[in-house]
Amino acid sequence: MNIKELYQEIILEHGKNPRNLRKTDNFNKDAKGNNPLCGDNVHIYLKLDKKKKVEDISFEGSGCAISMASASIMTDLMKGKEEPEVKEIVNDFLGMIKENPELESKNLKDDEKTRLMCLSGVKQYPMRVKCATLSWHTLISAIDNAQEEINTEKLD
Amino acid sequence: MSISNIKKEFPIFNNKIHNNDLVYLDSANSSQKPKSVIDRVNKFYTNEFSNTGRSVHYLAVAATNLYENTRSSVQKYINAKDKNEIVFTKGATEAINLVANTFGQNFLEEGDEILITELEHHSNYIPWHFLRKSKGIKIEFADVNDDGEVTLENIEKKITPKTKLIAITHLSNVTGAILPIKEITELAHSKGITVLVDGCQGAPHLKLDMQDLDCDFYAISCHKMYGPTGLGILYAKKKWLEKLPPYQGGGGMIKEVKKDSVSYGDLPNKYEAGTMATAQVIAFDQSIKFLEKIGIENIVKHEQELIEYGQEILRKNNLVKLIGNPKNRGAVLSFTIKGVHPHDIATILDEDGVAIRAGHHCCQILHDKLGISASARASLGVYNTKEDLDQLNSSINNCKKIFNL
Repeated sequence: MNIKELYQEIILEHGKNPRNLRKTDNFNKDAKGNNPLCGDNVHIYLKLDKKKKVEDISFEGSGCAISMASASIMTDLMKGKEEPEVKEIVNDFLGMIKENPELESKNLKDDEKTRLMCLSGVKQYPMRVKCATLSWHTLISAIDNAQEEINTEKLD
Repeated sequence: MSISNIKKEFPIFNNKIHNNDLVYLDSANSSQKPKSVIDRVNKFYTNEFSNTGRSVHYLAVAATNLYENTRSSVQKYINAKDKNEIVFTKGATEAINLVANTFGQNFLEEGDEILITELEHHSNYIPWHFLRKSKGIKIEFADVNDDGEVTLENIEKKITPKTKLIAITHLSNVTGAILPIKEITELAHSKGITVLVDGCQGAPHLKLDMQDLDCDFYAISCHKMYGPTGLGILYAKKKWLEKLPPYQGGGGMIKEVKKDSVSYGDLPNKYEAGTMATAQVIAFDQSIKFLEKIGIENIVKHEQELIEYGQEILRKNNLVKLIGNPKNRGAVLSFTIKGVHPHDIATILDEDGVAIRAGHHCCQILHDKLGISASARASLGVYNTKEDLDQLNSSINNCKKIFNL
């Protein structure tokens, strides 16, 4: 594994110019997450319509290129997806980052899978996996209306 | 022992990291161990092991003598007046918690103030925060200035008639600022204020003289002093150890135990309940010997040269910003690179075998004040060289290249 495979252009680009780095107007779900070991933090805002479809999703926070790129790619990809699809994609992504070689979700188009697989390099850097997964855990927390802040030290 | 080829005393430098020589710049976190220390742990467990202070058999007596021998070495090394002013703990964190739980619980009252600084490591804040919660004690923070220092004047400004304890770092683990402890203690004592020094970074890098510093408490982390993990030291003036209650109850710390009464052992046993980190204490004697063989004056000189050199090359590197510019700086160079998050810096440097730390270094209050969430930190030890700093600089350049800067 070469360090350049971790820091691919797409990650650097999303890290530098994160999409959806703002606060959604009239959001109806939100959650905060933080990584107490390094101080990274994220706040996810979600606006679901009546059919529980993601009308808008955004985030605020600060962190490394990996965590910012991950939140940027994730929020970009979730727009227009329905709540069960969102959850399924999150699980698929977390499974891929942990152990699965590929993404298996039927709710992801090929080009979406390609974009997400850019983050797969993180697997080789166990200390950095939390950077890539923080916003994803926080999104689930927002959907479930969990009151407790996501803390990477309390996750598997 | 010459400092110029000291790396060979440390077996870890025989290893390759990602096929590169190890450039270890994380000694403020924990230092590497010389072979003499590693061998001493091995020898104790292999040939000499026994618990201390309890049994009368040969091994127990020998182990007790070795254990107490380290106490004497430490006393001498830090120039404490009395051997019994040295209390072994599981770390500097426990040493500070010991003071919070004994001094704090018995000599502080609601409304009293503890003065710390914005530079403090969490371990010199949270134990006092517990007292704030349990006893209604107030915590005040002396300001850090733009150079990353806390001056005597900044301390004086925050002293009030309610100040009962000043708890300060000797050497900042982020800005590297060395605080004027002797002057602060003099000022504090003139106002009847007790002083605790967090010596985690001071002890490995500065000449220690407790009688000269005159502080009441000094906390030491042995694993940052080329010693084993799981071991710290609380230096405390005898008058305090005699006056304060025990910290933890258990075996080894008692004089007599009855169903309706308990009396406690003499110093230092009163503060060392349960089986201690025996092998670590015995091996730590070798760390002291290692430091003495090189000579702390030589260590200070060597590290000062490196700090000057490191500041010089990093200042010339555009986009790199050093954190703090203290007049008296010890062994720490924290920095940021415009456009690269510290975690990314650390991961990229690691690929070249350069080990630094990224994050808030357990100093969130300081980072908040600096307006950043994290920084990268290169911290030095006796084994570092100018070549290490050149490698740091060239890996930083590689990092900038990867980020297209």
